[in-house]
Amino acid sequence: MIELTGISRTFQVGGRPVYALRDIDLHIAAGEHVAIMGPSGSGKSTLLNILGCLDRPTAGTYRLDGRRVSDLGETELSQVRRHTIGFVFQFFHLIPRLTAAANVELPMVFAGIAPRERRARTAAALEAVGLADRAGHRPDQLSGGERQRAAMARATVMAPRLLLADEPTGNLDSASGRQVLEVLQRMNAAGLTLVVITHDPEVAGRAGRVVALRDGRIVAAAEPRFPLPPGGGRGEGVRSERET
Amino acid sequence: MSPTDILRFTFTALAGHRLRTGLSLLGVAIGVAAVVVLTALGEGARTYVTDQFATLGTNLLVVIPGKTETTGATPGWGGVPHDLTLDDARAMQRTLPALDRLAPLSMGNETVAYHDRSRQIPVIGSTSDMLTVRDLHMAAGQFLPAGPMDRGEPVAVLGRTTARELFPGINPLGEILRIGRWRMRVIGVLGARGVHLGMDMDDIVIVPVATGMQMFNRTSLYRILLKGRTQADIDRLKRDAIALLADRHREEDVTVITQESVIATFSEILRALTLGLAGIASISLLVAGVGIMNVMLVSVSERTGEIGLLKAVGAKPAQILACFLAEAAVLTTAGGLLGLATGWAAVAALVRLYPALPARSPMWAVAAALAVSVAVGLVFGLLPARRATRLDPVAALARSKV
Repeated sequence: MIELTGISRTFQVGGRPVYALRDIDLHIAAGEHVAIMGPSGSGKSTLLNILGCLDRPTAGTYRLDGRRVSDLGETELSQVRRHTIGFVFQFFHLIPRLTAAANVELPMVFAGIAPRERRARTAAALEAVGLADRAGHRPDQLSGGERQRAAMARATVMAPRLLLADEPTGNLDSASGRQVLEVLQRMNAAGLTLVVITHDPEVAGRAGRVVALRDGRIVAAAEPRFPLPPGGGRGEGVRSERET
Repeated sequence: MSPTDILRFTFTALAGHRLRTGLSLLGVAIGVAAVVVLTALGEGARTYVTDQFATLGTNLLVVIPGKTETTGATPGWGGVPHDLTLDDARAMQRTLPALDRLAPLSMGNETVAYHDRSRQIPVIGSTSDMLTVRDLHMAAGQFLPAGPMDRGEPVAVLGRTTARELFPGINPLGEILRIGRWRMRVIGVLGARGVHLGMDMDDIVIVPVATGMQMFNRTSLYRILLKGRTQADIDRLKRDAIALLADRHREEDVTVITQESVIATFSEILRALTLGLAGIASISLLVAGVGIMNVMLVSVSERTGEIGLLKAVGAKPAQILACFLAEAAVLTTAGGLLGLATGWAAVAALVRLYPALPARSPMWAVAAALAVSVAVGLVFGLLPARRATRLDPVAALARSKV
């Protein structure tokens, strides 16, 4: 589904170039659950932004479902983001003046979907993340975990094929974090391709594959070596210490 | 994205900052209210003046010595025209078929005294026909006696205010008045008339024209008023009068004005004035527009995270532009409507206080003010909206940690 070939991203900072990504080759199949790990400054967020069509590579090609995304104009890219990709951010990015339901409805409003259908799909999306009873609350009335789940409902309400999560549990306590991860895994099990940036080994451990970045390059694409939580874990080639 | 959705998005955004929204509205409202009130005043003045001239009567013509073109100045104020004489007046009275009545006018400003009370008062010299031609009525006594124009009897008719001021508590009829060096007997007092053709008919003294011309030491009449039989006769009367006088003076050196032309002239002038007032008031709308642009720029910079999110969620650049443009336009339109309501209320209050001035804002001004307020929103909202469109989503999202 995702084919990155020779992707590089260079920024100009104060007149000097910063090589955020160098010559990245990455293939992700549909339905995979991939974790991207690396120290800060390794280029994880830049990679995710490129995957999500929020940023353009300086060099290389990005094929999404066989389509050369790097060539598209801003309006076409916005369409790709609307229908194919869902985002979950570390800092939620919910609009504070809107209720949870209104936030979830937002992508559909801009997609021109009729109000009745919007209401139905919003209710379903909130139900799927367990927030049906908090639909009328505004973000400042929700806990961190509830906010992130609302953000996930928003990210998936347009039925994207790819979900990108940038440190989804970074701002949450462990209990909420686990709840969020369970929802993500459920969605992945239903066929949603999942790419998660994380520095937390426990989060990475739930993925089918871990891609490690350092200084803008992929240094390893390995399976996780950490024990998985009971009842969790999916994906091919997953080895746990218990199996050996 | 349906217009309803855009509007709903806009309203929640504006409702989030009530004070800021309110103040921005206020700027536009003041501008529009100013346009409404000022154009109402201008229009009121125009209506007042044209109504005044309507009282001239549609059958009336005014002959003024001097032609604007030949002298280059307002007729009667400059150049060297031929005198408009009593003989001219008599000739017109004799020969013009469409003429009903005629009143020659001589004008001066004299010190009028009775015993120890004296004042500077406008004095008019005319004939008995002036009563009908100028549509006056008597409160006491009689008007100037009928008779040949060149006969100057030592009699005077007083305006209502003049009589009251010079003869407080006394019956002025029969009393002797001193006008300059002249002694005149008061034979009548006019009923209330108010300002008519630029003359206050309440504060005035009327004497026979021949006496007047001697008093003021003039050889030319100030005006000759002609009254046609019917309105249909006016054009013919005007042509005949001009032709007659041109023949007598051997050149066309008089100006004949009709009620229509006077009304038209004043109407033009006051309409231009009203337009000018509207233009000045519109400047405040421009200032309000700059304020709107400022407020929207602040809004965009506050909402960079939101804009980044919208882009991430698949909003097209055109849609983001539409949302912010709509916000500015709704702001200014709401302000415009508020200004209209306030302006109308102010005009209504003014009319209550000063019923003499028929102030009413003309439709063109109202429509223009509303259209301009919408346009101001679109024009001044464009820059901030484009800035929102151009935000880099990555940077926008990174900058706001919400």
